[in-house]
Amino acid sequence: MTALAVNALCKSFEGLRVTANVNLSVQPGERRLIIGPNGAGKTTLFNLITGEIAPDSGSITLFDRDITRVPSSHRAHFGMARTYQIITLFAHDTILRNVTLALLGLSPLRWNPLIDLDQQHDLVVRAHEALVRVGLDHIAERPLSQTSYGERRRVEIAMALAQNPKVLLLDEPFAGLSIDERRDVQELLRAIPRAVTIVMIEHNMDVALDFAERITLLHFGEVIMEGTRAEVVADPRTKEVYLGH
Amino acid sequence: MSWINSRRVAIGVALVLLATLPVWIGNPYYINVSSQILLFAVFALALNVLVGYGGLVSLGHAGLFAMAGYTGALMLDAGHGHFVAILAALVVTLATSAVFGVLALRSTGIGFLMITLALGQIVWGIAYRWAGLTNGDNGVNVTTRPAPLGISLASADYFYYATLVVFLIAVATMAVFVRSPFGAALRGTRDQARRMNALGYNVWLIRFLAFLFSGFWSGVAGLLFIYYNQFISPQVSALTTSAEALLMVISGGTATLLGPIIGSALVVIMKNVVSAYIERWNLVLGVIFVLIISFMPEGLVPGSVRLWRTGWQALWSRLSAPAARKTGEQGP
Repeated sequence: MTALAVNALCKSFEGLRVTANVNLSVQPGERRLIIGPNGAGKTTLFNLITGEIAPDSGSITLFDRDITRVPSSHRAHFGMARTYQIITLFAHDTILRNVTLALLGLSPLRWNPLIDLDQQHDLVVRAHEALVRVGLDHIAERPLSQTSYGERRRVEIAMALAQNPKVLLLDEPFAGLSIDERRDVQELLRAIPRAVTIVMIEHNMDVALDFAERITLLHFGEVIMEGTRAEVVADPRTKEVYLGH
Repeated sequence: MSWINSRRVAIGVALVLLATLPVWIGNPYYINVSSQILLFAVFALALNVLVGYGGLVSLGHAGLFAMAGYTGALMLDAGHGHFVAILAALVVTLATSAVFGVLALRSTGIGFLMITLALGQIVWGIAYRWAGLTNGDNGVNVTTRPAPLGISLASADYFYYATLVVFLIAVATMAVFVRSPFGAALRGTRDQARRMNALGYNVWLIRFLAFLFSGFWSGVAGLLFIYYNQFISPQVSALTTSAEALLMVISGGTATLLGPIIGSALVVIMKNVVSAYIERWNLVLGVIFVLIISFMPEGLVPGSVRLWRTGWQALWSRLSAPAARKTGEQGP
């Protein structure tokens, strides 16, 4: 059984091919890194996998269940969670409320218009637990607008982890972080149990290579090569595509 | 006194003032103006669900307001009782809201605004042109008001109290709604629709249900309107009615419970009271809106809270500065 499989996936925007016959097979518990230069189609691939955009052809399976036509909002209920390259949080709310919203997304309570959300102690306790995991519980009540960039990155991860995903898609989780913040996030990702399969897009090779077990190299929407960390790093095509020589 | 306690005291004082209003106002004209404020506040609160909490600006809610009014008036005109007329009006308004929602929620932002505007204008066109049904420009008379529990609402006082009861139910319902998980989900779709989708929320359905909720209360306000005026004409469904309701929400403060109520009071008082003294009252209203948008772009209620806090902090720092200087002078 594969955790996540992408088969012959294609997507074009008005004739511009951004995903070209992409195949991907990620095993349960695997740490997969997707690399490629700007415009390689990495984030588009994530958007296709999460259902934010529909593919022209091909299929996507999550634990052997075909989810190609499953609406985006349903995929979270099947165990898929993601973070965004550009931080996408609820700026008017506190950190705790952001994580509570993540938990509420998978709860039937989200349809209830009659109860007080702040009195849902189970959700609040679980939100605090998620914040403990990312080291932000001490500032849980702080408005998001008063947090640093690094803290917001960790809130993104806390929201994804709060949903207990089976497959976690991380879109450049180290982008814009200082060295210290990068180290914190690195430790945080290392602590995620193997029950969670992780697929990560990242440009920062220092931290990303350390994390990845297998690497997929994308270029102009195509998979150029796939292999273990050592294989991909040693391959001249990686240098050619990534460094331009 | 804590913030929560002072809020409770303010709510208590407001309730006492509202409950005793006919006693201390006395004049039936001003009691009727107060009834108008309350019924338009219900309409503005309904619109605020979409505008403030859903981030969906509608210019077609007069269509829903008028749909309830016309259905109620026509049912009464056909000889049905008040209960049947009210029930039919609410069912028809909900059904119309569902159609409006399905069509308008294909888009957000300007697209949503334009579709709702067009839908509202369709209702106006039907009210104006389908004279065989709506009596066209001559409108429909509502000859009687209901008498719940045997109490006639014919007098200004009793009609005010009936409107106040409906208004308080609307406010209480909205207060519960905005604090609920569904209310939080609606606000989430306003702030980060894409993220909400990824978190497992059905963004379209949340917005659609909010549209129905908003439509329902617009219908309730429409019914209050026809019982208040005992008449309805196509003007009620015109774009100006939608725009006025939107101005009530924006001037008072979107995404607040008090804002639409204050906005409603502002517009209704300008229309009914100031217009008696100033011929060009529309100009005064326009100037007031420009001033609000210039100095309190978030609306009167949140803007006043901001100014109060800023003023209080400035006063506090001015008062505490000499004391701090004195302490510093006495230091080691």
